Amino acid sequence: MTYIKPKFRHPDLPKNAVGFTKTDYEGVISTLCAGCGHDSISGSIVQACYEMSIEPHRVAKLSGIGCSSKTPNYFLNNSHGFNSVHGRMPSVATGANMANRDLIYLGVSGDGDTASIGMGQFVHAIRRNLNMLYIVMNNGCYGLTKGQDSATADAGSVSKSGSVNPFEGIDLVGMALELGATFVARSFSGDKTQLVPLIKAALSHNGFALIDVLSPCVTFNNNVGSTKSYDYVRDHIEALAEIGYVPEKEEITVSYDSGSSVDVELHDGSSVQLHKLAEGWDPRDRQAAMSRLQQAKAEGEILTGLVYVDPDSKDLHEIIKSDKRPLNSLKEEDLCPGAGVLAMINDEFR
Amino acid sequence: MKPTDIKNPEYFHKVVDCQYACPAHTPVPEYIRLIAAERYTEAYMVNWESNVFPGVLGRTCDRPCEPACRRGRVEEEPVAICRLKRVAADNKGDVTSFMPQGPFVPNGKKIALIGGGPASLTVARDLAPLGYEVHLYDNQPMGGGMMRSQIPSFRLPDSVLNEEVGFVLDLGIHTHFNTRVNSLRDVLDQGYDAVFVGTGAPKGKDLADLPGRWDAKAHVHIGIEWLASVAFEHTAKIGKKVIVLGGGNTAMDCCRTSRRLGGEEVKVVVRSPFKEMKASPWEIEDALHEDIPILECHVPKSFVVEDGQLKGMMFEKVEAKYENGRRKLVSTGEPDVFIEADDVLVAIGQENSFPWIERDLGLQFNEWGLPVLDEKTFQSTIPNVFFGGDSAMGPKNVITAVAQGHSAAVSIDLFCSEKSVHDRPSPYTNLISQKMGIHEWIYDSPVSDDERFKVPHADKALTLKDRKKEVELGFSPETGFKEAQRCLNCDVQTVFTENKCIECDACMDVCPTSCITFTVNGEEEDLRSRLLVPADNLSQDLYVSDTLKTGRVMVKDEDVCLHCGLCAERCPTSAWDMQKYLYSVTKAGNQCGILQELTT
Repeated sequence: MTYIKPKFRHPDLPKNAVGFTKTDYEGVISTLCAGCGHDSISGSIVQACYEMSIEPHRVAKLSGIGCSSKTPNYFLNNSHGFNSVHGRMPSVATGANMANRDLIYLGVSGDGDTASIGMGQFVHAIRRNLNMLYIVMNNGCYGLTKGQDSATADAGSVSKSGSVNPFEGIDLVGMALELGATFVARSFSGDKTQLVPLIKAALSHNGFALIDVLSPCVTFNNNVGSTKSYDYVRDHIEALAEIGYVPEKEEITVSYDSGSSVDVELHDGSSVQLHKLAEGWDPRDRQAAMSRLQQAKAEGEILTGLVYVDPDSKDLHEIIKSDKRPLNSLKEEDLCPGAGVLAMINDEFR
Repeated sequence: MKPTDIKNPEYFHKVVDCQYACPAHTPVPEYIRLIAAERYTEAYMVNWESNVFPGVLGRTCDRPCEPACRRGRVEEEPVAICRLKRVAADNKGDVTSFMPQGPFVPNGKKIALIGGGPASLTVARDLAPLGYEVHLYDNQPMGGGMMRSQIPSFRLPDSVLNEEVGFVLDLGIHTHFNTRVNSLRDVLDQGYDAVFVGTGAPKGKDLADLPGRWDAKAHVHIGIEWLASVAFEHTAKIGKKVIVLGGGNTAMDCCRTSRRLGGEEVKVVVRSPFKEMKASPWEIEDALHEDIPILECHVPKSFVVEDGQLKGMMFEKVEAKYENGRRKLVSTGEPDVFIEADDVLVAIGQENSFPWIERDLGLQFNEWGLPVLDEKTFQSTIPNVFFGGDSAMGPKNVITAVAQGHSAAVSIDLFCSEKSVHDRPSPYTNLISQKMGIHEWIYDSPVSDDERFKVPHADKALTLKDRKKEVELGFSPETGFKEAQRCLNCDVQTVFTENKCIECDACMDVCPTSCITFTVNGEEEDLRSRLLVPADNLSQDLYVSDTLKTGRVMVKDEDVCLHCGLCAERCPTSAWDMQKYLYSVTKAGNQCGILQELTT
């Protein structure tokens, strides 16, 4: 019987720029089903944060309810965490972000937590361009309640019990584009070579970054006929581009022919390098992204990669022109500047 | 790289580092688990089947297994394998029902064993149950060979040795003790179907040419001869001031024995630097603990004798210089050092000696005076004469003698059955899944965080007074259990079935020691550099799967795998499974009764 992870690690484990090994970004051992896609996503988050040399105490991880929302316990154990009410992670994230803009906000949600009970919250976080990474661990079913179809299950997808889903599925990527999201990506839990750079780029993005990650539920939605099984996703995946993340201080050393590749510089000086672009698509062109998405849908492909990014995105704090300092660090003298200032303001209205 | 062939019995054998390093390939993790389960008798028998002298080896083995132990690569210290063996021997119950049950049906073949040490006794143990009429010759009054004559009683009590020699002799061996064999021709003339020579390396090296050696002969003793004389109670005293020359285990035994026979100022003097001494580190430690200084870089120059009386020795001080990897001892130019001594023990090595083998028999010797042998079969240039132990390939240790005894017994059995000695049966192997439930394994998979436990010693004041008082007390059953739990169960193998893998990466993510990587295939050197943690320990293999659906392969670096089973536990399709691998060396008649019984 083991839910015990041995304490020993590889003696030659490398360290990152801030002196941590990957172990320092891990969490407790997962209690999700063996082979759950969510665990791979947790692994990718660990890998991305380790490679970016983020100090764990600078991250706040937030989640709602569901299998997906259990995962913050399985990564970044040295970071801040908040496990909120079902579907209410975005409002808690908004509050936290308003109070302390200096932290890196990493929200984890599922297809139920986002596309059903939390839809109202999700759309407004996008609309306000809250500076956070919002990962949807999307398995198309309610795994925690034995696998009923969720709102993202594709029409015609067959459940493990054999029933065919009669309803249209919500495409979170398409919806986010429509709502004006500034960083929109889709990936697959089983493809770390794509997911890890996407997470890194999203963490560098200034504003709301959505990554919709197809994450097979091995227990309830990995059957023949499911459109979110390991086999189906692998057979129908269509990557928009090979993706590479280049940190700020590193020079871009790989260069590709123009026309087939694009480098997008992000807010913090890092950049995303996209190679072997899909035809008729530019990640900086929202309209092109939307039409490429529609095209893929018509052809039955699952489009993955960085679908759209606005490198000039302005986040909620910039939009509402809030103080550059975290609000929670403001002292009484900052908040109550005194009778003189009040008199000055009042004078403006005379 | 090509997919790993796990059907090759040596692949998984090599993963069990301790067993692989053991000359006799004792299934170490198997008996350690039995100790943890308090099944000491069975643990003893697993040992006995493999190494014949668990009680002796649990105290005196050179422990090649311990430096190999994977635990030593994961943390500081290996599992105390040797001392756990002793726990099994100390706590065993009645083992007789597990032993081969005679009388055995005679097969009409008669063999002679010359020498009664570990190699010969192993041959006897392996062949007697097959119906051979075994005749054992030794010039000593009892069996055991160097285990009796050279290992002092404070390290190995007589009772332990007698019991284990007895287990073998009780199989119906015809013993001829107090019988020195003076002629191999005579033995061959007696019509034995095969003769095994296990006469050890009985001749201690001397400093015959050193000035004063023969003037002081009454007080200069050859180490192994002196130890034998103490063991057989011909010698009970030594002078107060003793010099022991030499830096091997015999020197350690000599100096510690001297301390018990009246030696008050006992000094070990070695030519080499301290850190290059041949003695096992733990034996050096025990000598130092008994207030015996070890003087390094002193080369003997002469024995100082006045009025026919030994006064001491002169030494030249040297330092080690290294040129092209070769060591040279160069004089430091300091004045020579005089060390007082009443007695000097010379323990500078031992040699083979075969004065009793006639040189016109057709038995060839090589340039070092050792018999010319086939390395695998131990057959000499006389087809029915076989060698084993120190007499075969020069002085090594008990466990090597046992291993060679097993091999020679296989050869003798094949030879006597008129089969080719080169056409040897394969080892017995078995691979069994350990899965019981979702998170349940037959073996105890969690990894203990404990550091190596120390073996308690008896009070020095008591042990120095009594030559026969054992110094090491052995682990208590409680400490033995905790030490046993430190074993990583390296024989429980991670077995990968590629056509079941759905490439969910769960195993790669959960592996605590980052052993597993899914990546595109390449040449070994390239692949080793591309793993999650580069596989720089080239002595450890990579386990490579066939190509998976996405075109990648699974690569596992065996180096620091904890065998914790988490990869298999997190695998949704059981593409990984934990399977216990049993490897039992080929033995005469391919008996592996006890192992098969206990482990299937």
